[in-house]
Amino acid sequence: MIWAAIVLTGIGAYLLKLAGLSIPASILEHPVVHRIADLIPVALLAALVAVQVFSEGQALTVDARAAGLAAAVFALLLRAPFIVVVLIAALTAAIIRLI
Amino acid sequence: MTAPTSHRTIIRDGIAVGVATGAYGISFGAISVAAGLSVLQTCVLSLAVFTGASQFAFVGVVAAGGAPLSAAVTGLLLATRNTLYGLRLAPLLGWTGWRRAAAAQLLIDESTAMSVTRESTEEARVGFLSTGLAVFVLWNVATFGGAVAGEALGDPRTYGLDAAVGAAFLALLWPRLRDRDNQLTALLSVALALVLVLVAPAGVPVLAAALVALAMGFATRRDEDTTEMPDRDDLPGGGEHE
Repeated sequence: MIWAAIVLTGIGAYLLKLAGLSIPASILEHPVVHRIADLIPVALLAALVAVQVFSEGQALTVDARAAGLAAAVFALLLRAPFIVVVLIAALTAAIIRLI
Repeated sequence: MTAPTSHRTIIRDGIAVGVATGAYGISFGAISVAAGLSVLQTCVLSLAVFTGASQFAFVGVVAAGGAPLSAAVTGLLLATRNTLYGLRLAPLLGWTGWRRAAAAQLLIDESTAMSVTRESTEEARVGFLSTGLAVFVLWNVATFGGAVAGEALGDPRTYGLDAAVGAAFLALLWPRLRDRDNQLTALLSVALALVLVLVAPAGVPVLAAALVALAMGFATRRDEDTTEMPDRDDLPGGGEHE
């Protein structure tokens, strides 16, 4: 099942790229289409942050992951590169679990 | 305005972006294994999907216990922006036939950012190919390294790798949060997702956020083309911030 999903995502992602290079631009020219396509990553990534950090199964929780996220915000405000942001979040959560 | 850039400079810049993205591939490999995927599944994702945000989303939904199909749909929704990049780049790159089919796999944030601003077709092609190939090679090597390392680490919770997933999504989202409409979209998506966690099966809370994008797209419609093309400073692995 997971393999089927991986193959589906791989083929789908390729076709989306190829479509962009192949179909006439006028087909998707409508400004609302572009607007929605720009907003989709914002909406999905925000929801992924929320679910990833504040849920456990079907319950809402605040645990070491929330502290990791707070540390990530701090690192991002200091313009740290991606890998540093991720490492600081992981380290913060790991330390809190040790305490 | 800008003087023609030498091919050497364009290629060097492309490789620099590739190296920076490699560091980001290590985190993807480790996080994917922590989500429960095997090393092979992780590597196939990087080779076949080859779009960072979609891959992170896929493993994020799997980690949250979502059905594989919702992981696939979430990943594909995030991949739709590559279609818009392609529409913009197609006339500039001017490839047809098998060349276009081969180049398509390299169509991502990084290769777009490094070719969309070029003055000529030749410069755009050099920028697109050097960046696309450098990122492809280093992203896949780094994914493998990160996955093997992640597996050797054992229980991901001990090292806070589960917290790293949320941080990775936030870092991908961060450059887009300067815009007010985007801030509102993010806020509404978080609220909707957290409410749905309580009542809907895993995977649904994230997918439902696409409805927020849809509603906000109509509510904040503008007449001009507002497509936000990626900028080199916005690249997640770019790290070129001063």
